[in-house]
Amino acid sequence: MSQSETVTPTAIAGARRPRANKTVTEIPQHVVEIISDSGEGAQRCGQSLGAVAARMGNGVWTVEIIPAEIRPPARSVAGASGNRIRLGARKVTNGGDETDLAVAFNEQVLLGRVRAGELKPGATILLESKWRDETDPRITSAYAETFEQLEAAGYRVIEIAMERECKKVVPDARKGKNMFALGMLCSIYSLDVELAEEQIGLTFRKKSREIIDSNIALLHAGYTWAEAHLDFKYQIPAAPAKEAQIVVNGNTALALGVLASGMEICAMYPITPATSASHYLADVFEKVGGVVHQAEDEIAACAFAIGASYAGKCTVTITSGPGYSLKQEAIGLAVMAEIPLVVVNVQRGGPSTGQPTKVEQGDLLTTMFGSHGDAPKVVLAASTVEDCFYSVITARKIAETFNMVVVVLTDASLATAQTPFPRPVFNEAWVAPPVDQSPVPPGTRPYDWDPDTGIARRVIPGQPGGMHTITGLAHDRDSHVAYDPDINEEGLRARSLKLAALQKTLKQPTVFGDESGELLLVGWGSTRGAIEEAVERMRAEGRKVSSLHLRFLQPLPPGINDIMNRFGKVMTIETNWSDRPEDQIIDEHNRRYSALAMLLRARYLVDVDCWTQVRGAPIKPGTICQVIRERMDG
Amino acid sequence: MATAASHCLLRLYEERHELEDYQSGVPRWCTGCGDNAILAAVQRLCRDEQLRPEKTVFISGIGCSSRFPHYMKTYGFHGIHGRALPVAEGVRMARKDLHVFVNTGDGDCCSIGAAHWVHAIRYNMNMTVFLHDNQIYGLTKMQASPTSPRGLRSNTTPRGSFLEAMQPLTVTLGVQNVSFVAQAVDWIPELLYDIVSAAYRHRGFSFIRIVQRCPEWLPSLFEPWLHDPERVRLLHHEDGIQVSPALARVYRNQEHHNPVDIDRAREIASCIDPIPVGILYRNPQVPCYEDLRATDHLRTTEFIKNGLEAEFDKFTVWPSA
Ligand SMILES: Cc1ncc(C[n+]2csc(CCOP(=O)(O)OP(=O)(O)O)c2C)c(N)n1
Ligand code: SF4
Ligand SMILES: [Mg+2]
Repeated sequence: MSQSETVTPTAIAGARRPRANKTVTEIPQHVVEIISDSGEGAQRCGQSLGAVAARMGNGVWTVEIIPAEIRPPARSVAGASGNRIRLGARKVTNGGDETDLAVAFNEQVLLGRVRAGELKPGATILLESKWRDETDPRITSAYAETFEQLEAAGYRVIEIAMERECKKVVPDARKGKNMFALGMLCSIYSLDVELAEEQIGLTFRKKSREIIDSNIALLHAGYTWAEAHLDFKYQIPAAPAKEAQIVVNGNTALALGVLASGMEICAMYPITPATSASHYLADVFEKVGGVVHQAEDEIAACAFAIGASYAGKCTVTITSGPGYSLKQEAIGLAVMAEIPLVVVNVQRGGPSTGQPTKVEQGDLLTTMFGSHGDAPKVVLAASTVEDCFYSVITARKIAETFNMVVVVLTDASLATAQTPFPRPVFNEAWVAPPVDQSPVPPGTRPYDWDPDTGIARRVIPGQPGGMHTITGLAHDRDSHVAYDPDINEEGLRARSLKLAALQKTLKQPTVFGDESGELLLVGWGSTRGAIEEAVERMRAEGRKVSSLHLRFLQPLPPGINDIMNRFGKVMTIETNWSDRPEDQIIDEHNRRYSALAMLLRARYLVDVDCWTQVRGAPIKPGTICQVIRERMDG
Repeated sequence: MATAASHCLLRLYEERHELEDYQSGVPRWCTGCGDNAILAAVQRLCRDEQLRPEKTVFISGIGCSSRFPHYMKTYGFHGIHGRALPVAEGVRMARKDLHVFVNTGDGDCCSIGAAHWVHAIRYNMNMTVFLHDNQIYGLTKMQASPTSPRGLRSNTTPRGSFLEAMQPLTVTLGVQNVSFVAQAVDWIPELLYDIVSAAYRHRGFSFIRIVQRCPEWLPSLFEPWLHDPERVRLLHHEDGIQVSPALARVYRNQEHHNPVDIDRAREIASCIDPIPVGILYRNPQVPCYEDLRATDHLRTTEFIKNGLEAEFDKFTVWPSA
């Protein structure tokens, strides 16, 4: 390693020689967050920490903390930018409960997090203390005031002159503080500093050697400082993975799924929180001969995708709520003309512009029932980051087998959560087959609906002898416009039967926990990890609670009714609105249930209750535990 | 050898397409509807160019004019109102081997689909676009369209429409990357055919506004133009449309216009009376979006696998040995 002038030999030496006189506490898991004004690199620190821990064999779940504004003013309560990382001895499936330890570069962004209830009572806070010495009296007094408040509230606040410490190593300390913080965290969680060095090399691989070296120097400075000055140190047991894992967030997983599915075209219009999937895809898709088309709006994106699909290359369009609404009419056309299409909806808060960066599961019913008329389409929801990858492959396959629109639902939480999963092993069956250009046997009709399944062979432009005009108007088997009542019903029947045909191929979902009991929680999408963790904790307390997580929402897989019947109570847990029974005006006749509860009630005539929370953040397992206790005891 | 050669000849003979090979069903447009003339010209084009029916796709939106694909014995896509262009772009992006045609009405293109129209010009994908401009909403029974002349009485403007008509030609010529703009009228079939054929041969987004009569709702709108050949100005050029002597005797109002001259093209475009007919602008140099986006890779499964594995590598945490 070539050293830049700024590297002090003592820093290097110190880093390699951990102090032996500190007791190391073994803990099963911890939630740590690093927050700063945006542009101070807290995110990079968090991601690196997650990567190092993952490489050591810890379970990791990293979530971005993103301010609503692009450049919020410095030191503002709503401006926290950074990462929240949950480290665990086992596989981590969700972001966990409140934060145990926070590193904050200023007290204001921290205050925002405290007010949002994100910090655990008594949590440890490592706080940059330079604000005490500012010349501006407003800053010094704001800092002092907040510091006192935090102490009074019972947090363990450790003031650290991070910037001053960094200045000992590099000239511009504001930029490098994040790596100093990473060094401290490596010490606190007994992580391998050499791995962290490697990680810095990877992170800054496009930068100069000097930059890499000074960041490594900062890492060591942070490590040394923490070793010398902090009186605590943790160890989260790690079980190094035996197989290769890939560490990505849900949106990257989605984009990788697009590559793996063999789809060649993605048509999109930028919208948060779906954009990062398209950004990544735009960067890499061409390497496999693919194209990302940024259309003039979502209607055009959807129509473009339909055109490409119609021409024989099943296409994907990626969007979020408002864009999904715009696509609805075109989706109806694809349903009517039976053109395969994959639509990804990375859900965000709604209605309207809602909460662009925040998680909500508000689009289930609109994806199932949206588009006017009877427009049956397949809806599946990814419930893990890994699932984001495989769902796209499954969706493409179903779309082309059944000539249907398949909607894949994910959400803002999965989109930005980063966690390891086994590196997928390529399977040739994932990839779309080449476009069929064989001559069409005489007598083939463009909609030769199978009487049992409703499925018709698709005829693609270029196939000799297959010429016909598809239409969004009611049509007969020859694709001729037809208003005849029998023909109209024949078409409706065929398009509907295809869902039943798909349903017949689905397996009964497996229950998490015992097959029967007092309470069954039912969920879909990104809540899976939190629900199952809560169930696990409550079962450890001896409660007879289990959970069921649905991947296919339309059609629903078989056997759900049997499962529900084996439990005393059934309740969905969802991140969408349901009327609160405690509200004066709400009763059984006017209560609006959450989306999945409504579906289950309607389909199975079972009294399914719901508990929902729409606070723009993932539901915490601890919160679900509380709900379980109340329902079971109350 | 001899057998092989005669076999080839036989195939060639077999593959020769006649007009009937492009005709499908009986058009359900009103008698005298200008769409009939457009259909005749386009079917003739297909025959003369010997377009393979299975390699040809007509894409439309919704409207009387958008029924066009049903009357072609090629592949057709009768979609939704206003969205023919993005559908056609998708087809083109996926399949460069197909001949792509678009039929769109003045409501379809200039109103509900206006955003797509502007952007389609910019993309300049290789397709031939017919704007069937009857200056009215035909299918929905006579409502004003953006191209209706001011003062036109319609079901939504019973005391006359309020706004000046939009000029599709000036709009098109105002957009970056415009590469082919022409105007035709349905009542001069000879020129209609020549213009359609020139549009087809241009590689890029070929836009023809066709002044199309709707005898059902606006039986007398074009009467003055029909009866007075002076009110049609023929644009002719060695690199544009050449006017036959017979036609030249009737239509004496002519202009020698070079289609490379965009400034003059814009002036001509803003003239509504007399109606200019011919090629206003052509620039074969403008790149096509599908060419800009083309990758040369043959997308074999092996190729996709390698690309994917390379991406996985970027994110992989390998087990420590
Ligand atoms: C989203 C939507 N809005 C409205 C309509 C009703 N509609 C069908 S065609 C049409 C206008 C047709 O006018 P134009 O595009 O000029 O075609 P023309 O019938 O004159 O050939 C309208 C408003 C529709 N089909 N879809
Ligand atoms: S209403 Fe007008 S545009 Fe429609 S078919 Fe009749 S004449 Fe043609
Ligand atoms: Mg019209």
